[in-house]
Amino acid sequence: MTEISMVVNGKSVKADVADNTLLVDYIRESLRLTGTHVGCDTSQCGACVVHVDGKAVKSCTMLAASAQGSDVTTIEGLANGDLHPMQAAFKENHGLQCGFCTPGMIMSATDIVARYNASGKELTEEAIRDELEGNICRCTGYHNIVKAIVDGTSKMTNA
Amino acid sequence: MSEGIGASVRRKEDKRFITGKGKYTDDIRQENQAYAAFVRSPHAHAVVKSIDASEAEAMDGVVAVLNGHQLTEDGIGNIIAGWAITSKDGSGMNMGAWSALCTEKVRYVGDTIAIVIADTQEIARNAADAVMVDFDILPAEVNPEATLADGAPQIHDNAPNNQIYDWELGDEAATDSGLASAAHVTEMEIINNRLSPNPMEPRAAIAIFDEAEDHYTLYTTSQNPHVARLLLSAFYQVAPEHKLRVVAPDVGGGFGSKIYVYPEEIACLWASMKTNRSVKWTSTRSEAFLTDAHGRDHVTRAKMGFDANGKIVGFKVDTIANIGAYMSLFSSVTPTYLYATLLSGQYDMPAIHGNVRAVYTNTAPVDAYRGAGRPEATYLVERMMDTAALEMGVDPAELRRKNFIQSFPYQTQVIMNYDSGDFPGCMDKAQAAADVAGFAARKAESASRGKLRGIGYSSFIEACGIAPSAAVGSLGCGVGLWESAEVRVNPVGTIEVLTGSHSHGQSHETTFAQLVNDRFGIPIDNVQIVHGDTDKVQFGMGTYGSRSGPVGMNAIVKALDKVEAKVKKIAAHVLEASEDDIVIEAGEVKIAGTDKKMAWHEVGLAAYTAHNLPEGMEPGLKESAFFDPINFSFPSATLICEVEVDPETGVTDILQFTTADDFGVIINPMVVEGQVHGGIAQGIGQAMLENVVYDDSGQLLTGSYMDYAMPRADDLPSFTIEHNNVPSPSNPLGLKGCGEAGAIGAPPAVINAICNAIGNNNLSMPATPSKVWAALQEVSTQQAAE
Repeated sequence: MTEISMVVNGKSVKADVADNTLLVDYIRESLRLTGTHVGCDTSQCGACVVHVDGKAVKSCTMLAASAQGSDVTTIEGLANGDLHPMQAAFKENHGLQCGFCTPGMIMSATDIVARYNASGKELTEEAIRDELEGNICRCTGYHNIVKAIVDGTSKMTNA
Repeated sequence: MSEGIGASVRRKEDKRFITGKGKYTDDIRQENQAYAAFVRSPHAHAVVKSIDASEAEAMDGVVAVLNGHQLTEDGIGNIIAGWAITSKDGSGMNMGAWSALCTEKVRYVGDTIAIVIADTQEIARNAADAVMVDFDILPAEVNPEATLADGAPQIHDNAPNNQIYDWELGDEAATDSGLASAAHVTEMEIINNRLSPNPMEPRAAIAIFDEAEDHYTLYTTSQNPHVARLLLSAFYQVAPEHKLRVVAPDVGGGFGSKIYVYPEEIACLWASMKTNRSVKWTSTRSEAFLTDAHGRDHVTRAKMGFDANGKIVGFKVDTIANIGAYMSLFSSVTPTYLYATLLSGQYDMPAIHGNVRAVYTNTAPVDAYRGAGRPEATYLVERMMDTAALEMGVDPAELRRKNFIQSFPYQTQVIMNYDSGDFPGCMDKAQAAADVAGFAARKAESASRGKLRGIGYSSFIEACGIAPSAAVGSLGCGVGLWESAEVRVNPVGTIEVLTGSHSHGQSHETTFAQLVNDRFGIPIDNVQIVHGDTDKVQFGMGTYGSRSGPVGMNAIVKALDKVEAKVKKIAAHVLEASEDDIVIEAGEVKIAGTDKKMAWHEVGLAAYTAHNLPEGMEPGLKESAFFDPINFSFPSATLICEVEVDPETGVTDILQFTTADDFGVIINPMVVEGQVHGGIAQGIGQAMLENVVYDDSGQLLTGSYMDYAMPRADDLPSFTIEHNNVPSPSNPLGLKGCGEAGAIGAPPAVINAICNAIGNNNLSMPATPSKVWAALQEVSTQQAAE
């Protein structure tokens, strides 16, 4: 067992966890934040994406113990108020159907926008499609997810 | 902004999903919850000699290890097929037994042998690994043609040569004579590749046994919770129907794979009683690849004959359908009545004969996957049309136009009676939107960059709105395929709609509420859609086969009719007017042409206070309805795919993808187009990326997202969607259904486009870069030889 402490969605948390506990299991099972999903077992689908110290991470690929001392944001903690602009853009553009991949998509999307804004690169539709390579959606065919991220990008940039 | 029929209303259900507050089965936790893991066969075909669970049972935290002998002793029934198919010699299906936990033999890799219940998921999985099964390994067969041969491994004792049925539809003699008279006959062998449905949420179940009440609850990832309850009670005998509540909460996609009750759900429910613990199981993605019912997997030889004017004179089809190791619920109907009945496509064909042999192999069960039979028919017909056009030297679009059915109703030679459509209109719109006129210039531009550009068509029709109960009953279906609804107007005027349909991405919470808004002018925020819980909702048949619109929504409309009639009676009584003069507009109930009116909620209140109701009227305002369609509905479309192939690498880019669809009346265009996008993506996935592969010994080679190529954002283009809607005359709303269209129509458009680009028609799905490159080398070799 390892004692861990971190900040999740602005709150300090502490726990004893087994050494092999994945961050996603800690988030879902111990903290009961079930918006972060598990869609595969090979770190391919991206349903489990959270932010660790401001960067998108597949939380099924990281041990809870490795997040010691980190600042973690999950989909539940993304909005500062009612909805984050990217969440609003997914709704406005019908960027989700069954909703299962959506939290990971939104967490990836906000990370993509932040990275492109920081580097000053233009986030084109083609770049969005490339950047989403690590997130699988089976419902939308990505058409409206791409539209949502284009819209969310302008909403975030102008916010 | 309007919230009625035809408005692209944003979804009511979105907020919980985008904020991480959705409630999927794996998100639910019970007090005293234990976890299940399954002991599975590592072999494709083997005799189970013995099961030794002693080491597993001795592990700390293990509650129980239960096997198939115990299951059988408790009277748990075998898994059924829901549709009886009669062979052409009059015999029934050679159906082998499928127990939720195998006792004597395993028949595919992943077959369930025992269930382990433990205090944690990790202990359960470790204990499952510690169960020792002694196998006698048998030869396995995965190939649907080879499995029919004498001497092939016999998978079920009562299915000689592994054949389940040998069925036919249509007139063989008329078809043969049509082909004999033909000026040109196109012959092809077509393989429809095996797919894994892959909803992003893996299957899951939580079974709760309440000993004091002798009552069971099952939370599960189901597209049809009432059907699941019926199967678990009447057929599998796990719990009586009135003592079993099945809840399908938020479900993360289905695509057909969550229609069925699988061994795991049966075993969990039974184990909850055996252990008196709540039992939770969540599939891993690896288990999903092994055990979720696969789709497609046909091998077909076909001949299509044309007269000298290019008119079809006969179409003869011989298909072998791989059913896998066991007959899943709809496995028998998918390659028969959902397939051969669509062999006429959009074309006037005077003679058709389809023969289908269904066979067992040592592979996962195969069943309905998005489109179910109709994609297989469409791929066959539309590949034949392009090939015939190529062989006869005519334009593929013109060959289609020449053969389009032009007037309705149209009785095909294979059961279906098409009630409406505008096939030339869809072709016109698709060609205009895809700028087919400019293709030659674009092709030349590609060539100037050393690239090969191609264009491909697919004009398809599907039968949705499954289906008239008496009709399907006469064809062997074990259930009726109507849908139910209940509309409850509360005393304050808000409304609950209880529907037997189930939404797992289809947006019912929004689109169903739009029907109420359209009728009464009540804001959709005052309408709640209730679904997915057998304790709350009356019996319903669930969601598959694009039926929630054409069947489910029409049930709601029927209930709304009854509510409207009662509202008018009450208002007429209170306002002292004739019922015929009462109109309902914008949430008000008025006497037409006057300013006398009641607010909507005042009518609700009047119904429940019952102080002043018409003589003899019952209090309350709640109506239910069952809607049984009079015909299938027939969505259709023309899709056009334009690709560019890099001849150096065989890499294909889809540059544009256009579809012009006829879905009848559309409730919410935003939602309908979303359904089309997703369907096209799955169709492109089948055509270019996805393929389930077993090796010769029956080991699954494509068991993860590292090996099975799911379409990702950078594999796909954005899509252009046009509408050319002709309302269905077969249901009150005029709906046709849109859920499966893209998956049905897209694959032949893609393959036809690639074949057109590379100048070689010999290409199978998935058209990976290596296959496309190899097909290009064939062309160069031929050209060199000439």
